[in-house]
Amino acid sequence: MLIDYLPIVFLGVFAVLFAAVNLSLTHLLGPKKPTRVKLSVYESGVQPVGDARQRFSIRFDLIAMLFIIFDIEVVFLYPWAVVFKTFAENEGSGLFILIEMLVFIGILLLGYIYAWRKGGLTWD
Amino acid sequence: MTADQILFFIFGGISLIGAIAVISFRHPIYSALSLIVTFFSQAGLFVLLGAHFVAAVQVIVYAGAIMVLFLFVIMLLNLGTLSAKGVMTGKLKGIAIVLGILFAAQGIYIAANVFKDTEVGSPEAIERAAALADNPIETYDIGVLLFRDYLLPFEVTSLILLAALIGVIVLVKRENRVEN
Amino acid sequence: MEINLLEQIVIPIIKILFIAHLLIIGVMAMIWSERRVSGWMQDRLGPNRVGPQGLLQPIADGIKFLFKEDLIPNHVDKPLYVLAPAMLLVPAMITIAVVPFGSSITIPGLENPILLQIADINIGILFILAITSLGVYGVVIGAWASNNKYSLLGGLRSSAQMISYELTLGLAIIGVLMLSSSLSLRTIAVEQGAYPWKWNFLIHFPAFLAFTTAMFAETNRLPFDLAEAEQELVAGYHTEYSSMKFAIFFMAEYMNMIVGSAVVVTLFLGGWHFFGLENVGGEGSILAGLISFAIFFIKTGIFLFVFIWVRWTLPRFRYDQLMNFGWKFLLPVTLTSIVVTGTLWVVVKENKQLWIGIGNVVAAFIVVAIVAGMLAMDNNSKSAVQSTPAAAPLRGLDAVE
Repeated sequence: MLIDYLPIVFLGVFAVLFAAVNLSLTHLLGPKKPTRVKLSVYESGVQPVGDARQRFSIRFDLIAMLFIIFDIEVVFLYPWAVVFKTFAENEGSGLFILIEMLVFIGILLLGYIYAWRKGGLTWD
Repeated sequence: MTADQILFFIFGGISLIGAIAVISFRHPIYSALSLIVTFFSQAGLFVLLGAHFVAAVQVIVYAGAIMVLFLFVIMLLNLGTLSAKGVMTGKLKGIAIVLGILFAAQGIYIAANVFKDTEVGSPEAIERAAALADNPIETYDIGVLLFRDYLLPFEVTSLILLAALIGVIVLVKRENRVEN
Repeated sequence: MEINLLEQIVIPIIKILFIAHLLIIGVMAMIWSERRVSGWMQDRLGPNRVGPQGLLQPIADGIKFLFKEDLIPNHVDKPLYVLAPAMLLVPAMITIAVVPFGSSITIPGLENPILLQIADINIGILFILAITSLGVYGVVIGAWASNNKYSLLGGLRSSAQMISYELTLGLAIIGVLMLSSSLSLRTIAVEQGAYPWKWNFLIHFPAFLAFTTAMFAETNRLPFDLAEAEQELVAGYHTEYSSMKFAIFFMAEYMNMIVGSAVVVTLFLGGWHFFGLENVGGEGSILAGLISFAIFFIKTGIFLFVFIWVRWTLPRFRYDQLMNFGWKFLLPVTLTSIVVTGTLWVVVKENKQLWIGIGNVVAAFIVVAIVAGMLAMDNNSKSAVQSTPAAAPLRGLDAVE
């Protein structure tokens, strides 16, 4: 029911207000004595060299892409988990729904093993 | 107006504003964040239609997974702020306009055909939407549909995911070989 | 749609104010106990000057944070820099909404019993996973907006780690969902019943361990605090933050810990149940409601103690070890757990829970043995290849990784 979600909205409003009040209070109350050194990049007291926003390793990208694929797999597992017990109670259909998911997981397991053998899961 | 309708206009409005913000921000990081806002308000629209599971999946997959990849790609390529001009030049602009018109025509065609029998905003349509919100589609029903009636599409999905997985590995690992 | 003002507006608001404040006080209590317990474990005192036993220390800290200079460095992306702490705090706070913190109280005159839970929605656990997955943006955006090398590296490490372990988080609960046939956290807690030997942590022991481990990683706690490894990255993604903005990052982290513990208690440790104690005074009475809340509170507290305990027990992982552990150990173990649970439920006719419990542990051992064997083989072949180390040129951020 829609009304069940109303308290979540209230809590969300509370959380946003809490963050906003804290952030603005510290802005109002704190002293303002900026100096050039204070406003510069913190690099453990050393003069910063170059820009921080460099290109970084493609491995982070690989992780994100693998994550999407497996995340979608997990999403399919939720409705399966919910219907599983009901199917299992009827004779025959229990095996049916089990094999269904075993095939699904099996196919993705092939991909998982492939990724492993090719070193996609190895962080070197 | 009922509460449902007010919420519909709020979420619809937010998702439109988010979508416009995606293309009007000069910096890709801001665009990506606007897109997250759009996805989130679309999840709100799904909740209004009683599709709670789909709403959760929308946030988990789109806002939680795909947009992380987008942000990573933007940071990986270190795209700076786009300059005011130079992106849309001559030929590109022409292509964009043609594609835009085609896409709009397609949208209008689909909308006209799908909603042929129901008048948009008619009392019946509003009633039907309200009924959906009051009787949400249970995750259980989705499971039964997916694993009994649409079994083949479900299994084929795993093949698509497998192909994607192999594609990712092949692309990234080839990059590595070239580097070395 | 008719709205009952008292039951649907007033009572939820009371519950929200109670729980939200409890959460904030809980954060303070955690900061205090983290320091005191750490002190105790290292045979020193810890803060004990402000108030009795140093109990007012977190409040003093809070006031200090509030009066510190709100510095916004020159090189940051201002709007995102200010927004990032809130982007981490708000999801951390909202997730508590669907966690049931006690049974229910029946008050005569009201139509429905008052559930000790802010919102009992039927996709509860998915809501938690969805909102948790948004927490990663606070980290990435905070790191990127800071435009600092430490921040960026810490943020990247942290976000890659968070998304990797999110998979384990999602997979580990499937077994639980299979046996409860519901996504509602209240139903899952009720299904487990009053007695510890029927709770999910015994039936799904490997999944329980995997879930707990993944939660440590999600909250960036030791042994997974690579993102803010002080010796390498100063403070990680919040290096450039000061005053209350830094404190909000800190609070969000502790809130995630508290909510995470509450979720583990609900999913695996029987929620508010404990040997029927939660029904003293009759089901639905105010006494029973309060006792059930107390049980839940104590269980969560004990679990939070484990967080601090682990911190001073295990050393930090190396980043490649962390990623390997998530992708090569936890993922297969949780997947196997699903397959074993499903197969045994269909095949075994009697004492299903018992056999699933045993089967899960045995299968987990087998998987871990296989994976360990494969890793050993990989290492052997690799060290053979790398006997002549090539002087690979280090470029940019690759060098630091």
